Amino acid sequence: MNANESLPRAGAVLRTRGLEKEYGQGAGLVRALDAVELAVAAGETLAVMGPSGCGKSTLLHLLGGLERPSAGEVWLQGHRIDQLSEKALARLRRGAVGFVFQAFHLMDELTAAENVELPALLAGRPPRAARGRAAELLERVGLADRAEHLPSALSGGERQRVAIARALSNEPLIVLADEPTGNLDSAATLDVLRLFDGLRAAGQTLLIVTHDARIAATADRLISMRDGAFVEETRLTHGTSGTLGELAGLEG
Amino acid sequence: MPEAVGVSMKEPSRGYQLRVVQEVLLALLAKEASHGYEVRARLQLALGPLAEALNAGQVYVTLNRLEKAGLVSSARVGQTDRPDRKVYELTAAGRARVMEWLADTSWPKPAPTEFHLKLVATAAAGLGDPVRLVDAQRHAVLAGLAAAQRAALAEPDGSVAGLLLEGVVLRLQADLRWLEACARYWNATKERS
Repeated sequence: MNANESLPRAGAVLRTRGLEKEYGQGAGLVRALDAVELAVAAGETLAVMGPSGCGKSTLLHLLGGLERPSAGEVWLQGHRIDQLSEKALARLRRGAVGFVFQAFHLMDELTAAENVELPALLAGRPPRAARGRAAELLERVGLADRAEHLPSALSGGERQRVAIARALSNEPLIVLADEPTGNLDSAATLDVLRLFDGLRAAGQTLLIVTHDARIAATADRLISMRDGAFVEETRLTHGTSGTLGELAGLEG
Repeated sequence: MPEAVGVSMKEPSRGYQLRVVQEVLLALLAKEASHGYEVRARLQLALGPLAEALNAGQVYVTLNRLEKAGLVSSARVGQTDRPDRKVYELTAAGRARVMEWLADTSWPKPAPTEFHLKLVATAAAGLGDPVRLVDAQRHAVLAGLAAAQRAALAEPDGSVAGLLLEGVVLRLQADLRWLEACARYWNATKERS
């Protein structure tokens, strides 16, 4: 199966070619990713699912420039990024890519608003603009009234929503989310799910690596991984009313 | 109607579904005598987006059948500017059928036996990789979950149809958890052999 074949290449925000990642050496060599071909279209939400150890988090790390591949290429908006210098990669991670992690990774000593401002400040935006953008994003994730709270005063779901707002700070080309609901209860999962659904509707390009079927079901397209390779791909957004009738046992 | 749990002896047949539609229409008539379109509107309200798959003529066809079976009676009500309208009313036999239906505790789709047997046969005969079958099946179920979830998200708070959609979502999540267990089992089997 080749994910590239189902998409117009020109419209891809993120693309890989023959992506491989190996850890260890000799008898202990583990191939975490094997010849992965991926294209994420602009405005698309893509979910990647698979059992623990299938390589899906490794994939996300390579796509976001957090790790370098053993072989193959990663292209972001027409620029090859897998060979960039550390400095250029750091700049990329601050601006072009937004990250959302399972454990939130907020700065404990900063307020929600300060956390959301931080990437804009690091990217060199004027403080006033960064503050305005943070307020707007906190509003968007439904946390305008929590702006001055420290993370320790927020629930898990609220912390994740702050982290999502932070990921959007510099209007990234793509948001990469790694198990975004892994630490959340079902009510908080529903909040994040609604938020991702809203981002999708607003045209944000989004790649979500997840175990959570409900989060994966918000995607336009779903890819399953097993042993470092893609094994199954499905488009989730078309012809839904027939499916619904079938689910309700109404047809006949 | 209740079948042995586990092994479904028939396909989810048209007849079975039609029978339930009859019961549902009778129950919707239990409150008061109504026109066909009123019955249909109540059904649509209860089902929300799930009603889209419903055949528009099915309500009228079914009401006709119920009348022939003596479960409802009808009277024509004259209108000044349009053709007469038919008002349907439950008969005593129809009311008895509704009470029977309410007391019936049969439950849809008890176990994914067919898929389970498919995996067992695939592995035993070496027809293919059961894990791949599970992967494909999981995607099919996830496509259903995606459709149901989108529909659920689009329902306003407090919608009665939203409650039904929540049921669909929860059942599909349970199916997906079981499919994960299938993948683990058949993967382990593959590694042992």
